[in-house]
Amino acid sequence: MTAKPVQLRTPLGGEALVLHAGDHVELSGLVYTARDEAHLRMQKEGIPFDPKGAVIYHCGPVIQDKRVIAAGPTTSARMNELSGFLLDRGVRALIGKGGMGVQVREQLKNRGIYLAFTGGCAALASSHMTLKGVFFEDLGMAEAIWIIELDRLPLVVGIDAQGNDIFDAVMRHAKEEYERYRKL
Amino acid sequence: MQISNPVWSALADATFRAYRETVIRLPPDVLRVIRKAAAAETNPVARGEFANILKNIAMAEKLGVPMCQDTGVPVVYLTIPPDVPLTQELYNAVADGVRRATKEVPLRPNVVDPLTRHNTNDNTGAGMPAIHVKPGEKFTVTVFPKGAGAENMSRIGMLLPSQVSQIEKFVVETVYLAGSRPCPPIVIGVGIGGTFDGAAAMAKEALLQPLDQMTEYERGILAAVNRLGIGPMGLGGDFTALAVKVKTAGCHTASLPVAVNIQCWANRHATVEVPR
Repeated sequence: MTAKPVQLRTPLGGEALVLHAGDHVELSGLVYTARDEAHLRMQKEGIPFDPKGAVIYHCGPVIQDKRVIAAGPTTSARMNELSGFLLDRGVRALIGKGGMGVQVREQLKNRGIYLAFTGGCAALASSHMTLKGVFFEDLGMAEAIWIIELDRLPLVVGIDAQGNDIFDAVMRHAKEEYERYRKL
Repeated sequence: MQISNPVWSALADATFRAYRETVIRLPPDVLRVIRKAAAAETNPVARGEFANILKNIAMAEKLGVPMCQDTGVPVVYLTIPPDVPLTQELYNAVADGVRRATKEVPLRPNVVDPLTRHNTNDNTGAGMPAIHVKPGEKFTVTVFPKGAGAENMSRIGMLLPSQVSQIEKFVVETVYLAGSRPCPPIVIGVGIGGTFDGAAAMAKEALLQPLDQMTEYERGILAAVNRLGIGPMGLGGDFTALAVKVKTAGCHTASLPVAVNIQCWANRHATVEVPR
């Protein structure tokens, strides 16, 4: 890492929109975990928190005795079709792993960013977290919306608000390399 | 389940201890290849990913918690000396150790019925734990929990005998198709030869071999894979994979089975000797 990470605090405003894909950030403040089931419930019943400037974390944590034990990211692409309504309502950032589809990249333009957290780093994540509450607990531990306070979680901007997408650029390059190699 | 024979309760206990050890701490050879790659990586985003991985490994050990929330499904290898009978009780004892680990470590209950998707909540089920038994001098249990993100990206191909030179391409294609999904940097186990099922079993066993001792053939496949540039977590970089390990077996003159078992950077396995 060369540059110092940018410090961000939720709720996010315009400061998130000027970041570039590849920038390292440390995020503090409240975030809301949500996987497939939570997204479907929010679509049907409404968003149970103030979405303005909010940050969604694609994560199914392990919670024990009101503490976050393990909370690595889940594959964000499963939420490709389920993220537009959140951004429409003011959500400014999505955190997860693996990147998202082209429609989310378009939906994020001038409105929000996608932040990547390192897959499998569940213990590191939990060391930056304090549990603050829960919505939709009946969905079960993995699928409920947990309100978590972050203290400088280390992330990287995967998709910025100008439409730059590291994951897409990397896979386009991999495709070129693969096509060249296949013909050898 | 009550286990009366002291041999079986010792096996259940050893399984529990191996499981707890492996979800919290990585084997030394795996740590060595991760540290070596982290030091050599040139892409700044990838260097950040490696920094997080190394911090996570240290934090899991310090807090005594699993390094990843996907604590996998239980794959277990046993070596049994001549005086240990291969009976149903042996299998029951391993399952007992898995149930205890699920409750006490704790592990995420991952095992479901494949059709109804009903979760057994104790990480056991029909044919699960997957137990592989071999004869040996010592009585040992190896626990190799397999997470889904990487396992799902594995492939098998029944190549033609004339396609020996295409084996490397099959591996590279598998990694390309997987993209960011298996949580790279990955470890690649390759089984070549044997039968359809045997190739897959060898691919998985290959992942248990020391990662920092590769043959020229394995290093060649690794170099080809890393030219894809997918990098840690699909964010780009020099290390899409950390190591390639190959196992081979005799096969039919008319066939060439090739299996590729994908493993994320957390190549977790631990071996415990069962006290007698």
